[in-house]
Amino acid sequence: MDEKKRNEAYNKYVKAKIPKTRPWPSLFNSFWVGGLICILGQGINDLIMLGFPTMAEQTAWAYTLIALIFIASFLTGIGVYDRIGKFAGGGSIVPITGFSNSITSPALEFKNEGIIYGLCVKMFTIAGPVIVSGVVASVLVGLIYLFI
Amino acid sequence: MSKSQTVKFKNKPIIIGSYSIVGPKEGKGNFGEYFDYVMKSDSFGEKTYEKAERKMIQHAIVGAIESAKIKPTDVDLLLAGDLLNQIISSSYAARDFNFAYLGLFGACSTMAESLAVGASLIDGRQFDHVVCSTASHFCTAERQFRFPLELGNQRPPTSQWTVTGAGACVLSLKGKGPRITSATFGRVVDYGINDVNDMGAAMAPAAMDTLLVHFRDTNTTPDDYDLIVTGDLGKLGSEILIDLMEDQGIKLGLNYNDCGQMYFTRDQATLCGASGCGCSATVLNSFIMKKLKDGSYKKVLFAPTGALLSTTATQQGDTIPGVCHAIVIEGEKEE
Amino acid sequence: MYYLWVFLIGGLICAFGELLIIKTNITSARILVTFVLIGVALEAFGIFDPISNFARAGINVPIIGFGASLAKGAIGAVKSRGLIGAFTGGLEATAGGIAAAVLFAFIFGLIFKAKTKK
Repeated sequence: MDEKKRNEAYNKYVKAKIPKTRPWPSLFNSFWVGGLICILGQGINDLIMLGFPTMAEQTAWAYTLIALIFIASFLTGIGVYDRIGKFAGGGSIVPITGFSNSITSPALEFKNEGIIYGLCVKMFTIAGPVIVSGVVASVLVGLIYLFI
Repeated sequence: MSKSQTVKFKNKPIIIGSYSIVGPKEGKGNFGEYFDYVMKSDSFGEKTYEKAERKMIQHAIVGAIESAKIKPTDVDLLLAGDLLNQIISSSYAARDFNFAYLGLFGACSTMAESLAVGASLIDGRQFDHVVCSTASHFCTAERQFRFPLELGNQRPPTSQWTVTGAGACVLSLKGKGPRITSATFGRVVDYGINDVNDMGAAMAPAAMDTLLVHFRDTNTTPDDYDLIVTGDLGKLGSEILIDLMEDQGIKLGLNYNDCGQMYFTRDQATLCGASGCGCSATVLNSFIMKKLKDGSYKKVLFAPTGALLSTTATQQGDTIPGVCHAIVIEGEKEE
Repeated sequence: MYYLWVFLIGGLICAFGELLIIKTNITSARILVTFVLIGVALEAFGIFDPISNFARAGINVPIIGFGASLAKGAIGAVKSRGLIGAFTGGLEATAGGIAAAVLFAFIFGLIFKAKTKK
């Protein structure tokens, strides 16, 4: 038999054979965990505004995100965030806490290769593309605004 | 008719000693009571998991030599391999021993590869005692092939759990134990699977290829064996293998099973089962050896598979080649 | 009362991310990139602010908010400073988050060790 045809047929067969998991439980878990993380953020924001009523809204948001990033980074360090992630999936990946986790986890993982070549270099193995794509897109948007 | 890939051993090399060591999670699995040593923690007292994997191999080699009741100076050659880049666990472990060393890479099929090569060398009387060993470690494999341990991601339903464990055995012509009667060296087979989370599907065609060649070369059928066991096809992969073999007109019955599928209990949440060099190596050197020695099994076909991928190749869009080596081990009841 | 909106919108965005994971098996790095770009696009087309006004943390905590800040910063800086703003604005607006993530990762990376999964 033609090899390409054989491989296509095999891939099709395997795809049909893969156990189907019901999506609803994991969608539900990511929904309420993600929602709770957002509520936590809103709570922190409201507390900051309550304590410092004169603070600019944008500054308060920056502090809020820094607080969430701190919490997630700490939970990653003590080995709790990966367990939340196993349970909630997208619910703990999509919020800014997931971004924090994606920077702290390789830092922990690769520290054995030294501070410079391990921790510092590998820190961006997962989050690097996020920063790159975000920066590139924002510069493009800025340029477009300049010319229209 | 294509060329024979099977070697039939005239002198039938004997497995005179064997040893298995596993991590704590593996110790709670289905084969828990059969392992020689269960580590208290995955780090095995070492600073990094890579060093722990190395120490497991050394521990297994020393254990196998002791169980063979020979002295370390009697060993002529060590055949070993693992999953890490440049097989550092095996080579660095061999650094501390005073015998010749050949590094092998067959991914998760390494236990059968080393036994097949070792048995050939022993059968030809090139050496008196050959040690065969392999190991894998969940934490080192995760970081090399997948993601940092603390990353909060979910494992896809087809993924498998790399076994933390090492196995070793000693081959010789003098002594008591199960005998290796033939070995089939497998071809590299690739059916175009490129999902790195679905190793079972990538390797099942290699297992089929080697098993077909083996049955043809030795003129046997599945019914001639008490146990036909693959390495780490997992739940999905072994189901695929049964289907593939049926398409070729060979029925794998109740005497067929897969180490990866049997390894963990249902509530250990490993999805499609266990994988890694240590998976088949620790099952062979614990459960299967004991069953061969007490006469429960007389003839076992041990055919672990390996996925010969690297992250570089898969990131460049290549598919995953697989290989499978098979050996036949025959036991007789020890008096 | 707006906490309900925060919960609903935030939860739905996360569930959409989970849906992408289930349907396409994509890795978390790709998820994050996708949502950052969605955020940039929402801001560029002026859709982000109307949502943000009632969803608040529900859309600012998901990484979409990070993307929106990048775009918002770039657009604002272009308006006030011209060409150089396109280059400085985005990172300026998000510098706090990035610096925090790097700093805490560095500190906790030094303190803690990666543990095996259960």
